[in-house]
Amino acid sequence: MDTIALKMEGICKHFPGVKALDRVDIEVRKGEILALLGENGAGKSTLMKVLAGVHQPDAGSIYINGSKAVIQGPRSSQALGISIIYQEFNLVPNLSVAENIFLGREPRRVRGVIDWKRLHQQAQAVMERVGLKHVSPKTLVSELGIAEQQLVEIAKAISYASEIIIMDEPTAVLNGEDAKQLLRIMLELKKQGMAIIFITHRLEEVEQIADRISVLRDGKYIGSANAGEVTRDDIVKMMVGRDITDLYPERNEKLGQPVLTVEHLTVKGELHDINLTVREGEILGIGGLMGSGSTQLSKALFGLYPNMQGTITVNGQTRIRSPREAIDAGIALVSDDRKGEGLVLIMSVFENLLLPSYRRISAGGTLMQRAKQTSIVEKWVDLLKIKVHDPAVEAGTLSGGNQQKVVLGKWLQMNPKVLILNEPTRGIDVGAKAEIYQLMKTLTEQGLAIVMISSEMPELLGMSHRIAVMHEGRITGEMPIQEATQEKIFLYATGGK
Amino acid sequence: MTKGLALVNKYRVLIIFAALCLAAGILSDSFLTVNNLLNVVRQVSITAIIAAGMTLIILIAGIDLSVGSVLAFTGAIAAGMITANLPLVVVLPVTLLIGLLFGLINGLFVTRWGIPSFITTLALMVIARGMTLVYTKGYPVVVSNDAFRFIGNGKIAGVPLPIIIMLAVFALMYWVLRCTSFGRYIYAIGGNEEAARLSGIPVNTIKLAVFGIGGLLSALSAIIYTSRLMSAQPTAGTGIELDAIAAVIIGGTSLAGGRGGIVGTLFGALIMGILDNVLNLMNVSPFYQSIAKGLVILLAVLVDSKFSKIKTR
Repeated sequence: MDTIALKMEGICKHFPGVKALDRVDIEVRKGEILALLGENGAGKSTLMKVLAGVHQPDAGSIYINGSKAVIQGPRSSQALGISIIYQEFNLVPNLSVAENIFLGREPRRVRGVIDWKRLHQQAQAVMERVGLKHVSPKTLVSELGIAEQQLVEIAKAISYASEIIIMDEPTAVLNGEDAKQLLRIMLELKKQGMAIIFITHRLEEVEQIADRISVLRDGKYIGSANAGEVTRDDIVKMMVGRDITDLYPERNEKLGQPVLTVEHLTVKGELHDINLTVREGEILGIGGLMGSGSTQLSKALFGLYPNMQGTITVNGQTRIRSPREAIDAGIALVSDDRKGEGLVLIMSVFENLLLPSYRRISAGGTLMQRAKQTSIVEKWVDLLKIKVHDPAVEAGTLSGGNQQKVVLGKWLQMNPKVLILNEPTRGIDVGAKAEIYQLMKTLTEQGLAIVMISSEMPELLGMSHRIAVMHEGRITGEMPIQEATQEKIFLYATGGK
Repeated sequence: MTKGLALVNKYRVLIIFAALCLAAGILSDSFLTVNNLLNVVRQVSITAIIAAGMTLIILIAGIDLSVGSVLAFTGAIAAGMITANLPLVVVLPVTLLIGLLFGLINGLFVTRWGIPSFITTLALMVIARGMTLVYTKGYPVVVSNDAFRFIGNGKIAGVPLPIIIMLAVFALMYWVLRCTSFGRYIYAIGGNEEAARLSGIPVNTIKLAVFGIGGLLSALSAIIYTSRLMSAQPTAGTGIELDAIAAVIIGGTSLAGGRGGIVGTLFGALIMGILDNVLNLMNVSPFYQSIAKGLVILLAVLVDSKFSKIKTR
């Protein structure tokens, strides 16, 4: 049973301007669960995409069951017995569970007529293996809950006769009970001889089910260990790897008057009775797991829920029912979805930087002279050290860190009083991270109030003056930084008391 | 990409245009005469003005299929008002206003109720055509009014008035798209509507205005068209939406929104017009003309997608 199912050796992958993977070695045996750990941007998803055949590695070799393999594309990945379960499911909601599992491979009678009886029998068989006994194969996927949908994905993976299953943060979208159930099923699959690579941020899950761990950091392979032989602290040290003080500047000490006050903010089904205050020059960190409601909070503060109840007061202004009113009140939102919400990727860096400002730099709808626009753009390109040889290039061509700087620049030009940062350094390399942290410090010294939503513990602990933690749309705990610990934040984030 | 290729890419519409003119000049002696050219451009002006509005709509990733029917309806109303002896200072603004109203109705369905513009404008296309038939009872409305005739048939300094109107419309739209915040918002919305909304841009207002402009320009085109013929035909403008869309696409504006511009559309419309003209001059049967036009559209779009691939590489 101890044979190595998958071995990756010296895998390197470069993207323009970024070394995404740098000599990564990973191996997983049959009947083993390997926890692949690392901060956001450590290279886990790139590594997965190499296995999925989406990216071709620049160097290194992959061995499957001992023989060298080349993964040319998604099909060849599948043929080699690799299945990947992504955070976003690839299911067709209006087809039945059985049809989804065997999509494109339905058992047929002659001439393309589906053999429904066999389809349902075969589906039933794989569904039993993943604990979906209680569901009929004829049920529509849209009628299933999210946990069951995930099990359908896993059933689909098994039906391909996959021997290697990679799961990308599968428990992130599940509640406690469903997550436990999933972990049980993973152990069951392990017993059946599958090799499982398990990506997660929840270290207690690692302790519960992983046999071994491998850690990546900034695209580099840091090391592996047997799960029983390392403590949580060891793992965190491997993941973070540097002294937190190296990366995070000293906090601004001159805090002023409250700028943003939120009272009894409620959005039906999303947020419940949120109360917050942020002072001039202060960074309020907001922690929480995926689905905690922190993103909804950022959107509510930016006027994207016109039906909200409660009050948001910025500088005495209380009417915030649209992004425009939020902007006029002095709020800026740097969204966590940079490509979807932050930038117009097919527009130039130049225009992206000016987009919110256009109405301020135009008279009667006519824009000010090009030269003046250029001077604004150049100011931010210089100040934020945006690496772009010509601001006329499309924003989509920039690296993640530089794109984020463009988003920051476009808001700073608006001279906000409150800056909401949702995952400000997600998918950004360490160098740009440090620059953004330094910038945040400078801004707070100038009196800006910052609300920083982050799922990265070190970032929360390293940057915030105070931390509020959310769970299921509520603030479950708030503490000054002196009293904050990872454990405490985690406890509040899971709804514990 | 090399610099030379980039240049070719940037001016590809112009190059196609020049090549077509050259070929037309060689194939037909009468093509490169002042009279013929003015004639071509005057004919093009009706489609081109509609295509100008269509450019804005396609830039926000929309489409307007109702332009032809709106042209017919507003043309009929204009003709009706003139036969009722209303003065032009009333007829023209009212006609334009009705066109604007149709555009705003399109925009309202798109913004307020989130119905795809393809569906909304398809419905309005059928409705406006029906309204035209009801109003005209299926017969042409013939008008006689010398001032009105001048709009479509008059010349100023030797240049036909429709050409001057067309150029004015394009110059205005060029300025709007390049030099006003409204114009830049159009590109932002087409490029990424969500990012635009989160940048504080009043997305719905802009969209409404864009569809409004589309309707208004259809009415303007209707005035010229009706004046050219001195009668309003109930079937006027049938299929003109496709010509207008083709002009926009040949001009290099992306159907996905956010990319393109008004200058390309002008040349796109001219290319279509010249093609018609030269095939006419060569006595090619209209059946074949249709096939040739379709092939040119395919060719232009093919070149476009080839180049956009090079660009992203």
